[in-house]
Amino acid sequence: MTAFFRVAWLIFRKDLAVEARSWELVSTTVFFSVACLLVFSFALINEGQAVGDVAAGILWVAIAFSGTLALGRTFERERQTDTLRALMLAPADRPALYVGKLLGILFLMLLTEVILVPLVALFFQAPIVDWPLHLAALLLAGTLGYAAVGTLFAAMLVRARSRDVMLPILLYPITVPVIIAGVRGTAALFQETPDAALAQFWLALLVFFDVVFVTLALWTFEPVMTE
Amino acid sequence: MRIIRTVTLALSLCLALPALVGASQPSPPQPAQEEFVPLDQLPPEAELPAAPMVIAAYVFVWAAFVVYIFSIAKRLKRLEADLRTLEQGRRGEILR
Amino acid sequence: MRKYTHILLGAALLVFALAPVLIHRAPYESTMGLVQKIFYFHLPGALMMLFIALFAGVMSGIFLFTKKPWADHYALAAAEQVVLFGAMTLVTGPLWARKAWGVWWEWDARLTSSLLLWMIFIAYLLLRRFGGPGSDKLGAGMALFALANVPFIYVSVNYWRTLHPKTTVVPNLVPPMAGPMWWAFAGFVLMSLVLFALRVQQEEQRARVEALYLAANEG
Repeated sequence: MTAFFRVAWLIFRKDLAVEARSWELVSTTVFFSVACLLVFSFALINEGQAVGDVAAGILWVAIAFSGTLALGRTFERERQTDTLRALMLAPADRPALYVGKLLGILFLMLLTEVILVPLVALFFQAPIVDWPLHLAALLLAGTLGYAAVGTLFAAMLVRARSRDVMLPILLYPITVPVIIAGVRGTAALFQETPDAALAQFWLALLVFFDVVFVTLALWTFEPVMTE
Repeated sequence: MRIIRTVTLALSLCLALPALVGASQPSPPQPAQEEFVPLDQLPPEAELPAAPMVIAAYVFVWAAFVVYIFSIAKRLKRLEADLRTLEQGRRGEILR
Repeated sequence: MRKYTHILLGAALLVFALAPVLIHRAPYESTMGLVQKIFYFHLPGALMMLFIALFAGVMSGIFLFTKKPWADHYALAAAEQVVLFGAMTLVTGPLWARKAWGVWWEWDARLTSSLLLWMIFIAYLLLRRFGGPGSDKLGAGMALFALANVPFIYVSVNYWRTLHPKTTVVPNLVPPMAGPMWWAFAGFVLMSLVLFALRVQQEEQRARVEALYLAANEG
């Protein structure tokens, strides 16, 4: 069991070390997510006023889009240098590889959110400091669910034809429940009078999703990745 | 006489228009039904506008089956063509 | 196999030919009237979609963990039928809703989740069509995730109180309404079995042709 987590940790460290050399993924993902945020703001802000509780929606759409980009790029990097095959040949648990990659993606997405959330607060006067723990838990649970499915699908698609378009096609319908729960929960916190109980309900749903999706991904990673 | 008729027609149209517009607005949500209650007599005003919907629904179900069967037939044709080329290829090999 | 399909096809056509007569004889519903008759094709379609989606998910799981080719053929044939019956459900539903609720579409939990399930299986078929080599295994992984979504779909309805008639409508149906409904359902099942047998057979033949291609190229 300790070997499992050691492998996962080593893969996570490896991804961080590769990223620290160039900062390619972090810089492009963060910039892309901010660009997303601005595009949606221009589309949805009318006469200086946001329409309804749009802030939560824009936040999660930016997270989902930039997450797709990060997933695609991360595995493209592994494919170009054929290092994923090397990883698969290593005498390590396949699910540990999955957990390592998942941690890397999760770290990258959370880093993006650290920049994205204050920007949303700035642009939409969203009260992010009223219920910081609830908000953080929602973001963490939602991102975990999204990244859990995304990492598995992106890894599956490494060898597939037309993988760039296939990733969002497969990922978005499956993760829509996660997005709905994330947006509704966050919107409940961003209201005039925040509804913490409602946010907690959606948080519980997200945690339930996370458990199901992570378990399923751990099961399916091995048979899907063997050639 | 004709002027009066035209005026009454126009007036009645003006009066009917808001009602028509109002009718096309979505009705407020009703609570979910627990069970269907059977009814012997259908109110006459309910019958006419519903018929196109029912007919369209049934036609669509039939059309969907037919389209799917055609798509299976098309793929079968392609499969048979593949099989033919394969047979010809084999014959070519044997002759050589 | 072929003889059974002929018998099944005959039975399916017979059931389908008689269904409109039975539905015509069924009593009208008190508040919705004639338009409620869409129900006799709408609910069987929705049930078929749900059950076949479950079946496709299970078959994908079997294929993924045992690598048996027949399981993959079953899963693919079933996935196509999910899209077929899903299209029927999602077209007949709005036609009914326009008259009964006054809107074509409502962002209700059951409608939304049916649409999602349908989209997941369209994505599955797109992957199978354009994913290239190895897409059978990827598709199986995808369908397994769809299977995990099906219980969410069923449970979610009872969490939110909605416009859509509840699932309690079905066991509480009066016999004159239940008869035509189950009759239509039987027609859908028979038709589905015929199409399924045809499609699986075709998929097996396709696999054989593919194997012959490979053998011819190597030899």
